[in-house]
Amino acid sequence: MSREEIYERLNEVFRDVFGEDDITVNDETTAADIDGWDSLRHISLLAAVEDEFDIEFSMGQTVKMKNVGEMVDYIEEEAE
Amino acid sequence: MGCFDYPVDSKTLLRKKIRIKKELLSGSVNWIEKRIAVLGGSTTNEIVDQLELFLLFNGIRPTFYQSEYAQFWQDAVFGNEELDSFHPDVVFIHTNWRNIPAFPTVSGTKEEAAELLDGTFRRFSTMWDKLNEKFHCTIIQNNFDRPYWRLLGNSDISDSRGRSNFIAKLNLMLYEYADAHPAFFVNDLDFLAADYGLAAWSNPLYWHMYKYCLCLDGVPRLAKSVADIIKSVYGKNKKVLMCDLDNTLWGGVVGDDGVEGIQIGPEVPVGQIYAEFQQYLKELKSIGVLLTVNSKNEEQNALDGLRHPDCTLKPEDFVSIKANWENKDRNLRAIADELNLGTDSFVFIDDNPTEREIIRQADHGVAVPEMDQPENYIRLIDRSGYFEVTALSADDLSRADMYQANARRVRLQEAAGSYEDFLKSLQMTATIRPFEAIYMQRIAQLTNKSNQFNLTTLRCSESDIAGMQASEEYLCLYGKLEDKFGDNGVVSVVSGRIEKDELHMVLWLMSCRVLKRGMEDAMLDTLAAVAEEKGIKKIIGYYYPSPKNGMVKEFYRRMGFAFLSGDDAGNTTWELDLCDYKPKAPPIEIRK
Repeated sequence: MSREEIYERLNEVFRDVFGEDDITVNDETTAADIDGWDSLRHISLLAAVEDEFDIEFSMGQTVKMKNVGEMVDYIEEEAE
Repeated sequence: MGCFDYPVDSKTLLRKKIRIKKELLSGSVNWIEKRIAVLGGSTTNEIVDQLELFLLFNGIRPTFYQSEYAQFWQDAVFGNEELDSFHPDVVFIHTNWRNIPAFPTVSGTKEEAAELLDGTFRRFSTMWDKLNEKFHCTIIQNNFDRPYWRLLGNSDISDSRGRSNFIAKLNLMLYEYADAHPAFFVNDLDFLAADYGLAAWSNPLYWHMYKYCLCLDGVPRLAKSVADIIKSVYGKNKKVLMCDLDNTLWGGVVGDDGVEGIQIGPEVPVGQIYAEFQQYLKELKSIGVLLTVNSKNEEQNALDGLRHPDCTLKPEDFVSIKANWENKDRNLRAIADELNLGTDSFVFIDDNPTEREIIRQADHGVAVPEMDQPENYIRLIDRSGYFEVTALSADDLSRADMYQANARRVRLQEAAGSYEDFLKSLQMTATIRPFEAIYMQRIAQLTNKSNQFNLTTLRCSESDIAGMQASEEYLCLYGKLEDKFGDNGVVSVVSGRIEKDELHMVLWLMSCRVLKRGMEDAMLDTLAAVAEEKGIKKIIGYYYPSPKNGMVKEFYRRMGFAFLSGDDAGNTTWELDLCDYKPKAPPIEIRK
């Protein structure tokens, strides 16, 4: 899967989870950039991403990821 | 919204909850508003979000109070201003085995384990007592799920030093408490965990990362289970199970295969599956579910099929049988009219996906489970929680008989010369008395279930009703109607608040099953007489319109009240002067 494809699907996930149709994320996006991205919503987000790409984040990874770019790196590695 | 149907679509409910909530709120629903306090021993945010969705789906619009993280005990026992002023209608205590402060140790004695058990139980029961004392509301408490490891292996469940054993005993004490307290309900978390798979359900990652005591994917199921209790308490259960016959109640097609050719009974495995299913439906009938048939068949073939010696369900078990070649949505409406019930209280089961779709398209209120394979039928209906039991009144237990007696009344009416003759021939006796403890449950149930003949649509819990009964400020009456065909049970409720020499009505309702029998006249006659004894001069009636109570818009006028005022929303106020009230004296013998 190309990074572009990943972003296309990831944007849909973000739009669903935050209930906003105009969200577009990129490598630099962090929680500070999106309204309502608090620790609670973060849990829903991770679950939805896991489900969308059929992957699993371990405890270590969830703590490590600093921005959306790092999340996409991981998806790229894990998803076929 | 298929995501709410069993098996719930957790992924969609979790990912799209914001959009789903918006969609639910945009519907034109006659919402029941309820205040719900969630007191948690772990993180409860997602549980509250999902509970909100499931309640909205059931027509209940909640506002929530959420305890601070793991403050369930402190909130309940010591209280806090926010919770106290919230006045909850329902308190849901979401705890799990991790909230048990101490477990027996392997080096301890049996006596020490017993003492610890007692102390642990008292810690919880003190909390429930406190909540009950303070709020007089419905309380829902999780039982305890099992830890996902067993230190003593198989002995963990039987040895009094095992955690599993300790928890099993604690749960038993909880059930005894629930049994003794009518407004206290157990949410069976232990079953939910087992049903989901304990290992996946209690994935410790969710506890250590987020302090959820279950996996995120399990949360919608938990929320559904709690919502099922709440909607049942507020009378939102389904009432009717409408069944197809061929390949739904037996294997094969009776019209083609003949009575001897259908598969039912012990001979073949498929027949056994259907026999077990029929047995389950018979048990549903015993808890008050009305069974009906909606089948494309010659009527004679349908009846012959049901008279098969191995059919547990006989024609007499159904309150209505529509076996014909009409479209099933037409039969649905015919049955609903016959029973005087809204189609939104129906569940429709049919093995044929096209028939299911026809009903779904024709009527969004009907629940239509995905009846795919006969071996799944029981589970599909059971897990859907359509008929969740929170209270079994005597009425529930004899409901089918009552509807059958109604059918006999209709036949008598057809034979009678005039309607008056018919009423007289019914030999009716009404018991109209102040609220009594044995009927509290039924009275509360009526305030929640009656939609059409309901002037104020005030929905009450049992504790609300008990409060009215105990108060000097209220004048409350229930009405029970019997006739030669049987006992209709408690069918009417009136309650008013006394203000000086005026009685302001807060409840005035009647079950549609006794429409046009003169029961409303009997109620007013008695109310007027009792009120006069108390020195009341005027009865003030209120009508608040809802989407379903149009039939009583002019009720007060018909009863001789004078119109006082009305507003743009259609709310009206009426007055009855008791000085010149003439009893209506319907053909009913009244016992006070």
